[in-house]
Amino acid sequence: MFAYIVRRLALMFVTLIGISIIIFVLLRVVPGNIVDILFDAAGFVDPADKANLEKELGLSDPIVVQYFRWIGGLLHGDLGYSYVSEKPALQEILPRIPITARLAGLALLFSAAIGIPLGVISAVHQGTRLDYALRIVSLSGLSLPSFWLGLLILMASVSMFGTMPIFNPNPKTWTEAIAIYAVPAMAVGFRSAALTMRITRSSMLEILRQDFIRTARAKGASENSVNYRHALKNAILPVITVIGIEAAFLIGGLIVTETVFNIPGIARFLVEALRWRDYPIVQNLVMLIAVVVVFANFTVDLLYAAIDPRIRYGD
Amino acid sequence: MRSVRTLAVAALLLLPAYHVASAGEPKQGGILKVYHRDSPASASIHEEATYSVNIPFMPVFNNLVIYKQDVPQNSMESIVPDLAESWAWSGDKKKLTFKLRQGVKWHDGKPFTAADVKCTFDMLMGKSQQKFRKNPRKSWYDEVVDVTTSGDFEASFNLKRPQPALLALLASGYTPVYPCHVSAGDMRTKPTGTGPFKFVEFKANESIKLTRNPDYWKKGLPYLDGMEFTIITNRSTAILGFISGQFDMTFPTEVSIPLLKDVKKQSPNAVCVVEPINVSTNIIVNSSSPPFDSLDIRRAMALAIDRKAFISILFEGQADIGGTMLPAPGGLWAMPKEMLETIPGYGPDINANREEARKLMQKAGFGPDKRLAVKVATRNIPIYRDPAIILIDQLKSIYIDGELDVVETANWFSKVARKDYALGLNLTGNAVDDPDQSFYENYSCGSERNYTNYCNKDIEKLFGEQSQETDVAKRKKIVWEIDKKLQEDVARPIIYHGRSGSCWQPYVKGITIMVNSSYNGYRYEDVWMDK
Repeated sequence: MFAYIVRRLALMFVTLIGISIIIFVLLRVVPGNIVDILFDAAGFVDPADKANLEKELGLSDPIVVQYFRWIGGLLHGDLGYSYVSEKPALQEILPRIPITARLAGLALLFSAAIGIPLGVISAVHQGTRLDYALRIVSLSGLSLPSFWLGLLILMASVSMFGTMPIFNPNPKTWTEAIAIYAVPAMAVGFRSAALTMRITRSSMLEILRQDFIRTARAKGASENSVNYRHALKNAILPVITVIGIEAAFLIGGLIVTETVFNIPGIARFLVEALRWRDYPIVQNLVMLIAVVVVFANFTVDLLYAAIDPRIRYGD
Repeated sequence: MRSVRTLAVAALLLLPAYHVASAGEPKQGGILKVYHRDSPASASIHEEATYSVNIPFMPVFNNLVIYKQDVPQNSMESIVPDLAESWAWSGDKKKLTFKLRQGVKWHDGKPFTAADVKCTFDMLMGKSQQKFRKNPRKSWYDEVVDVTTSGDFEASFNLKRPQPALLALLASGYTPVYPCHVSAGDMRTKPTGTGPFKFVEFKANESIKLTRNPDYWKKGLPYLDGMEFTIITNRSTAILGFISGQFDMTFPTEVSIPLLKDVKKQSPNAVCVVEPINVSTNIIVNSSSPPFDSLDIRRAMALAIDRKAFISILFEGQADIGGTMLPAPGGLWAMPKEMLETIPGYGPDINANREEARKLMQKAGFGPDKRLAVKVATRNIPIYRDPAIILIDQLKSIYIDGELDVVETANWFSKVARKDYALGLNLTGNAVDDPDQSFYENYSCGSERNYTNYCNKDIEKLFGEQSQETDVAKRKKIVWEIDKKLQEDVARPIIYHGRSGSCWQPYVKGITIMVNSSYNGYRYEDVWMDK
């Protein structure tokens, strides 16, 4: 197991190096840089001023030099300066991480807390009206875009309560504090919850037909014990895989949700930084996301072994 | 019991009267909450060319002179002293001298002097050691030889030739005075001014906060304790925020006509106005290469435009038809309607115009069997894209098949600069309703913002003539002549001058939306809240 972990960590390191090169090159392949945008916004261009600014920002250096300057800085904890705000990139990124982490964590929690029990209920009551109703809910969760759902929630909230849960860094009440995270988390987590529910249902249906379940029932185990202790425990592996993948893909949903609910997290910040071609922000944020995704996959793999004793990672 | 009831009724009846009375007297206090449409590139007004910067940062500064903030129409008559106590032109009109206000302090406590005025304008003219990263309005000061000071409280602008409009440029929201002792870099991130509000913080993509300047040189002002701009890029969220009362005001001149109807429906007490913004939607034509190097084809295209259709579709009728200068009643310099209608393409009979256009196209070798295929380039922003689609549709009637070519903002200007387009749809904003700003910036030979490189030496002479003319009536006649010629030359065909809406809650008082510029009316020192 130890050797497996070391091997995986080494592989992760190589993967991250590869990602860093891809991010760096791709960003510079896209036409236009911050200087083009700044001058475009001003509606004019003075070639001398433009060249000066490119030099000042280090954009006129060869791409290899720029890459090693970035990586060298990263190793020393220096993420560079944002081209737009002219503040250290770390100072811009750090305060936004907890906001997105809280939102993503809540969305995943919502996804698991709603998706797994409803999936079990749907499987246990297969073919009943309740099953059909839950399947409709899960289908709608998969088909409703989160930005649309978010806007709908905001409109309903304004219409019904005369207020709406957009971000406020200093919430006045605890209900407001919960609402500003919980409501967007529900909007973004609804799709994941629907997917989790479908996977849980199909996995449960497969397990519920197996002999050991019949044996458990024959031994007189209660329905709850059969469903949750015996069946769910064996059906959970594919669900964990899906939640792991969803954690990685959550960033896409968070971009629109953070925009609609005006949450100053890293997902929306990334889009804005991309719009400005603010390389130091974009490349560091994408690297951060890559690290999270790679570690999420690693954690899921380790969880398999923890949950299913039949899985062993040999040397 | 009856007397108590009578008293209560009387009190209720008196309440509105009291409300009206109290509404007249400005009240101190409150934070004005406004949503902001996007995150500005920086806080430095001099380095940017968008009112996304003027609106939150104009309250931090003062100008030498300023357009009176409660007069909706900017004109020479509405210019009032600001950091200057008075101004005077020399006899030959080549020197403009300002007597400066004494006792004014920058927000960091340092005194304001004439050296700051010199510093600011030396930087703008590119004459100082310290440079702006970008200097988009350098050409405004082309006629200024230098700025000199006499003591601490007098500054003079020495000109190459008379230019009465210089005062109008100095009154714009784009012309604040900067402190000598603060670097250009610091002005981009934490600006220091002398204005009614002090800068507190600017969190990119999040918010901009200003607080009341208790030492403001205008005693008793500002009324507000501060201002908060929450950056909300999603328009629907922003409007819902206003409707739900989370914001006291929308981002000025940013509410489209259809959205405005929505706001009024859901928030009937909101005060909403629709005003011209002095931004024209126009066509840029690459006349340096085929097919638009042919004047006939350019003229045919200009004749095919049905301006009323654009306005009806995009603005529900609420926009204006005109030439280069903003039409009346908002604009001061536009040619009269009768004169405008004599220009090809402006006549009321669209069918006749298009018939003439088809003849010109046939003369150039095109027709129903040989249609001209062109790409219509424009920025990938709705206010650009939507009219471009209508334009493509209208051009079909004269054998031109347009294909929409949407270009990301990052690549738009470089594409235009290297002439990599045949036709383009463009928006041109004018900070000041004055011909000097509009003509020199957009049509003079070699100007950086003259995207089409239109260059006509005869018209250039007229630019100079109108610019030096001190008699307004005479100047207007020259301006009309220039504007007519620019349209006839199809220099940059103007489709329409847009209008846009602004809304605020009924308790917000003292807001004036200007009718001939969307860059100059955001000092907010006399805005107050009746709640």
